[in-house]
Amino acid sequence: MANILPGSLRAASLSLALAAGFASAATAEEGEGVYFGAVTDPTVKQECSACHMAFSAGMLPASSWTAILGDLSNHFGEDASLDDKTTAAIRDWLTGNAAQPSRWMTNAADGGDTPMRITETTWWTRVHNGEVNPAAFDNPRVGSRANCAACHRGAEQGFFGEE
Amino acid sequence: MMHKRKLAVLAAIAALAGATAVMAGPRDDILAGYAAEAGVTAFDAAAGKALFTGTHTGGKPETPSCTTCHTGNLTGPGKTRAGKVIEPMAVSANPQRFTDPAKVEKWFGRNCRSVLGRECSAKEKGDVITWLSSL
Ligand code: HEC
Repeated sequence: MANILPGSLRAASLSLALAAGFASAATAEEGEGVYFGAVTDPTVKQECSACHMAFSAGMLPASSWTAILGDLSNHFGEDASLDDKTTAAIRDWLTGNAAQPSRWMTNAADGGDTPMRITETTWWTRVHNGEVNPAAFDNPRVGSRANCAACHRGAEQGFFGEE
Repeated sequence: MMHKRKLAVLAAIAALAGATAVMAGPRDDILAGYAAEAGVTAFDAAAGKALFTGTHTGGKPETPSCTTCHTGNLTGPGKTRAGKVIEPMAVSANPQRFTDPAKVEKWFGRNCRSVLGRECSAKEKGDVITWLSSL
């Protein structure tokens, strides 16, 4: 992983963010990483992991999940439609396990409280920008900022360490 | 695992029944359904290849072709835009393909709307499956 991530995430930046109250659902493990909670619902796990990993509900506030599930036919450049019943079940689980609104759960660019991408949240940009070489995301083994598991071995289990 | 067991059970039933007729598999059933819907008796693998490998303009700019994710090498793995591996589409490389009608319909729906900006017809779906079954 060292070749992908030239600079490792600093313990300080995560602990600082946590101390400031980001992701109340998350718990720090000695400043080495953050536990966002695994996706335990079988439907959410199956449907939301077909194209990308099933992202932890605690990475976004409920308003974001509601907005995302409200427009699955325009899902970041793809049609990801599901039948109404499945869509509602997924929305209910994600909003029920979402992060509490906080200043870390806002859109980093405009401060809005309904960020549409995890990678545009204040917390995400705070811990990656300046820490991870942007070129690392273009590495063919990574391919996309949505491919958390390329660098975070525990991502599928909801744990994001500094690797 | 489950699939294997299901196959074993099917094989056992067939043996018990002393079935001599060729058993239609789930893929044949799916194709027969599309043929009936389209009112055709045969599908066109070349047309399926053209649809699948062609570049289209009617859909979302991020996905101009089926090969954007499935790649041009259909016996090999593909990759989603988020970097997740997709199992091969060619039936020869992945015998599970096109055996679950709900899955087939779900992904033709999503992917045809993404790439073509419209639904695929029953004829087009049959053509694509026929081509991917011939590789
Ligand atoms: C944005 C990426 C992407 C594009 C573009 C794409 N697909 Fe797919 N396709 C997937 C994924 C992801 C799956 C589900 C994973 C799997 O089945 O391995 C899938 C599954 C399928 C399936 C289900 C196969 C089965 O096992 O039953 C069919 C059929 C299919 N795609 C056809 C198409 C066609 C036709 C096009 C072009 C019109 C297309 N795809 C374009 C990503 C894509």
